[in-house]
Amino acid sequence: MVWLNVVIQGVLIGGFYALFACGLSLMFGVLKVINLAHGDMAVVAGYAAVFLTPHLHIPEVWSFLIVVPLFGLIGYVLQRTLIQKSIDRDPFTTLLVTFGLSVIIENLLLEIYTANGQTINIGSLITKSWHPTSIIYISYLSLAVLGAAVLVLVFLQLFLSKTGTGRLIRAVADDREAAQLSGANYRHVFGIAAAIAFATVALAGIAYGMMTQFAPTSGGVNLLFAFEAVVIGGIGSLWGTLVGGVALGVAQQFGAHFNPQYQVLAGNVLFLLVLAVRPQGLFGKKTALA
Amino acid sequence: MSKPLLDVHGLVVHHGQLKAIDDVSFSLNEGEVLAVIGANGAGKSTLLRTVAGLHRPTEGSISLDGSDIARLSPHRRVALGISLVPEGRRLFSTMTLEENLRVGAFHAKKGPFDIERIYELFNWMPKRRRQYAWQLSGGEQQAVAIGRALVANPRVLLLDELSLGLAPIVIERIYALVPEIVSHGVSVLIVEQDVAQGVAVADRVHCLLEGKTSLTGVPADLTSEQIDHAYFGADLAPSSPVQGSE
Repeated sequence: MVWLNVVIQGVLIGGFYALFACGLSLMFGVLKVINLAHGDMAVVAGYAAVFLTPHLHIPEVWSFLIVVPLFGLIGYVLQRTLIQKSIDRDPFTTLLVTFGLSVIIENLLLEIYTANGQTINIGSLITKSWHPTSIIYISYLSLAVLGAAVLVLVFLQLFLSKTGTGRLIRAVADDREAAQLSGANYRHVFGIAAAIAFATVALAGIAYGMMTQFAPTSGGVNLLFAFEAVVIGGIGSLWGTLVGGVALGVAQQFGAHFNPQYQVLAGNVLFLLVLAVRPQGLFGKKTALA
Repeated sequence: MSKPLLDVHGLVVHHGQLKAIDDVSFSLNEGEVLAVIGANGAGKSTLLRTVAGLHRPTEGSISLDGSDIARLSPHRRVALGISLVPEGRRLFSTMTLEENLRVGAFHAKKGPFDIERIYELFNWMPKRRRQYAWQLSGGEQQAVAIGRALVANPRVLLLDELSLGLAPIVIERIYALVPEIVSHGVSVLIVEQDVAQGVAVADRVHCLLEGKTSLTGVPADLTSEQIDHAYFGADLAPSSPVQGSE
């Protein structure tokens, strides 16, 4: 029963990792951009929820209704300006530019809001949970985050496979030039993909802010977990990202069960094992490595 | 005669330092088939890709219906009626046959072609529309690539090396489609390494040699010696069979 609880906690945190990682996976799959500022975007979304929404007289619990669309817009604009400019140069420039963005964001947040930890106030919901047995407890908040992650992934999957715009995103990811020849404005398509990526990472950032404390530099470690989830699951597969997130979460919980210090270590070991045994990831295609 | 649909004038295109296209001019009239022939590296594909907008010309103009399109991006040219079937087919490999056609149809203009019409043109397609592009044979992929370009309802269809890597019987079947396409009011610009195929289907021929125009004319007026000479260049002429017959 103790082990069952470990697995359940792992699955719950894994949902969060998947939510955090799907935007990273999309940015890489479609734009071929590794967004090193991805984690910092989540942190900015957290700060926006804490400091912006009170001005609008909206409870912090509902801040995502404002912040998520706002980040979609920011994603589109940032893509059409800064990120597109760096893509036009070469792939290495995108790394430098997003790394630079990351540094700027962290320092701006430190300057404005100090290094103090912040949290998004959701009232008594934070402590509410369901106890089916004396050992197993399921936090309603974690369950809601897992639910949100699954919902986002289902929505994304349907969007990419069933809508014309979704098909264009896949077409551009497959062969940018051929997509242009089919009438797609790839810069606009890139913008839409970036908007989705930023919106999902904003949601993840708010979820994080509700579950725990965050500070200006919280982005980095979450970005690492997101990378691990994407690589474990397989690049370019949305369900792979969910499975990767859950696998990472469960591994971390197993590690933490033995010794809290082993939490991150266990996740990293799983990540390295997958890289060694199945480098394309659990759901990835071999061709993705080429 | 009315003014040409597509008019390319004094086109110069560079690949870095290399001058791939050197002062090439030609025009394509409504309902006409023009074949650009030439050896490997003559600049044929570069020419088509420049007309489609994938390369920027260094000099010269490309006009469609009298308005210059040389600075427009590829998707804007598709909207104006220029579609390229790229060399090597370039289907979206993670998508099904039908999804490939749907991508082509997403920004399509109004016109005679839609996915249903393509399915009539290639009657094997409906049965296999849920198969992935990589599951199709080379000839089938070429047909899907043509269909993907046609559903955009182009006024000018650019065909780049249709015969590449295909069996002769398949090449014949694909080229047999060209008159059918033209009958719907589409003008066709073909680039082909296979001279016989290009000459057979074209109203006019334009031969490139090392980026320069070496011969133009109507196939019926051209002798195979003239074409060989224009295709391989003067340097090769002494060793070619042309010399013996003179």
